[in-house]
Amino acid sequence: MELVCPAGNLPSLKAAVDNGADAVYFGLQNDTNARHFPGLNFNLKRAREGISYAKSRGKRIFMAINTYPRPEGWQRWCEAVDSAASLGVDALICADIGILGYAHSNHPDLNLHLSVQASSTNYEALAFYADSFGIKRAVLPRVLSLSQVKQVIENSQVEIEIFGFGSLCVMVEGRCILSSYVTGESPNTHGACSPAQFVEYRETSEGLESRLNGILTDRYGQDEQAGYPTICKGRFAVGDNTYYAIEEPTSLNTLELLPQLYESGVRAIKIEGRQRAPAYIAQVTKIWRAAIDACQRDPQNYQPESAWQSALDQVSEGNSTTLGPYYRPWQ
Amino acid sequence: MSTNPKLSLGPILFYWPKEEIYQFYEQAAEMPVDIIYLGETVCSKRRSLKTQDWIDIAVKLSEQSDKQIVFSTLALLEAESELKTLRRICENGRFTVEANDIGAVQILHQRKLPFVTGPSINIYNAETLKHLAAKGLTRWVMPLELGRETLQLMQQQRPEGVETEVFCHGRMPLTLSARCFTARSHNLPKDDCQYKCIEYPEGRLLSTQDGEALLAINGIQTVSAKSCNLLPELAELKRLEVDVLRISPQYRHTEKIVTAYSQALAGDQPEDLQPYIPLGSCDGYWHGNSGNL
Repeated sequence: MELVCPAGNLPSLKAAVDNGADAVYFGLQNDTNARHFPGLNFNLKRAREGISYAKSRGKRIFMAINTYPRPEGWQRWCEAVDSAASLGVDALICADIGILGYAHSNHPDLNLHLSVQASSTNYEALAFYADSFGIKRAVLPRVLSLSQVKQVIENSQVEIEIFGFGSLCVMVEGRCILSSYVTGESPNTHGACSPAQFVEYRETSEGLESRLNGILTDRYGQDEQAGYPTICKGRFAVGDNTYYAIEEPTSLNTLELLPQLYESGVRAIKIEGRQRAPAYIAQVTKIWRAAIDACQRDPQNYQPESAWQSALDQVSEGNSTTLGPYYRPWQ
Repeated sequence: MSTNPKLSLGPILFYWPKEEIYQFYEQAAEMPVDIIYLGETVCSKRRSLKTQDWIDIAVKLSEQSDKQIVFSTLALLEAESELKTLRRICENGRFTVEANDIGAVQILHQRKLPFVTGPSINIYNAETLKHLAAKGLTRWVMPLELGRETLQLMQQQRPEGVETEVFCHGRMPLTLSARCFTARSHNLPKDDCQYKCIEYPEGRLLSTQDGEALLAINGIQTVSAKSCNLLPELAELKRLEVDVLRISPQYRHTEKIVTAYSQALAGDQPEDLQPYIPLGSCDGYWHGNSGNL
């Protein structure tokens, strides 16, 4: 089981490699990837340095080109694919059918992974991408239960990677346009959910308010920590109640499910968080390395250490974690 | 050159009682639409109609009228039972199928059947369109967040034999999840949802704390609180040679909306739609802005 860690910059990439990642994924400094945030990601020079750092230590490196180009931006995405090929990454993580086709025809030797942004939750969909573009691996959306993940693995030719830890999209990735409904920009089109330039915090007589492009997403009491105003994690009124109508601000943590994931044939565990700091990447990678090693040594007697869990809770959104979709009652 | 587009009735996104669905399609047979999409696209637990019941409605409609009937399929496929139903629909032997997941595209392509793609299939560029056309795509519904500028470029490179459909009217489907937000709003787990969706035939309203109607929750889907309304954009839709204009069914007055579009296409002054859009309309996506504008 491979540990795949995020890198939003070179120090994070090094932190991931140094702390036990088997593979690191990154993106370029533009809207061709789904973490298009200011000050984040790699130019070609930094990418070359990062790739050489990882490869010289026997680690693999993946590049994400996982947003959806519109005709007006098509060329930029093709150039990103060409860059990935010339950089010599171990795999390209893509979502768009057009871009997968471009990569497959122009760079037949480049390994293709299907991004979570392609919203593929079933083996028929995976067969489509395998038949059409020869994808080697797919990252599953964070919506399937453990038994459903198993079902996909048993009926699929491609390797399966799933999210193990990090911020939790409650929606099917690639099929949520709440962000563009409110701001005009979405992960699919602009590579960012709820982009920072639309975020506003206001101190009012009713408390601190968070807004996204003017839309009130939440009000906070004095003792409450303000969250990032994505629509899916705001508090809204439905009927007579005002509550987290879609999802609490919480993170995914599947540490305790590792043996089951391992026995199901999950090939790789992905850690979310290219936007996080190098210290976070180092800490999270280290814990997951230890956990995966312990699980692979003796899956029957594996138990996550409580120190791992509390350390992960502390760095999580809302300081709490959930097993998410893998745990049936959550659904 | 400007051509007159056809009108379509999209699949019902909400959960209605069986009798109301039958009534709706009896009325739909008389509506001035050219294409009717039907079937469950949101949640496989909604079984007021079984797959065979939907097929029976489709058969009846096609015998009663000369409308094209298209079978719409589930957008989020998780369980094997859902794939089984999907295969059965794809193999119906009579009606074209609207694929709302790439899994459906795969099944239809393997059986060498032509297909339509719904708005949840991410077709954002002409290369994707060409790839799917080679697999059997005959019509695509433009994803909701794309606008007229993108559409213009897509139309210029559109493969031969592929029609373009635009979601013109109704609450816009914005997301899908594994979680059921309607069950959550009743403090019920999804496994024991008690089919609460049936109490909200246009979704359950979700408002901001300062009272702005933002979304409507519809089981595992969320839709916009406002209704998309592209009726004032008819000239532009025609100029861009859009082939089909989709009207998404709402619980009441769908026939009024269809009639207004039909009147406008005939060059007549359409009836004012505002009384039938209580929470206001929006067309932001079409103009390249936030969807809620």
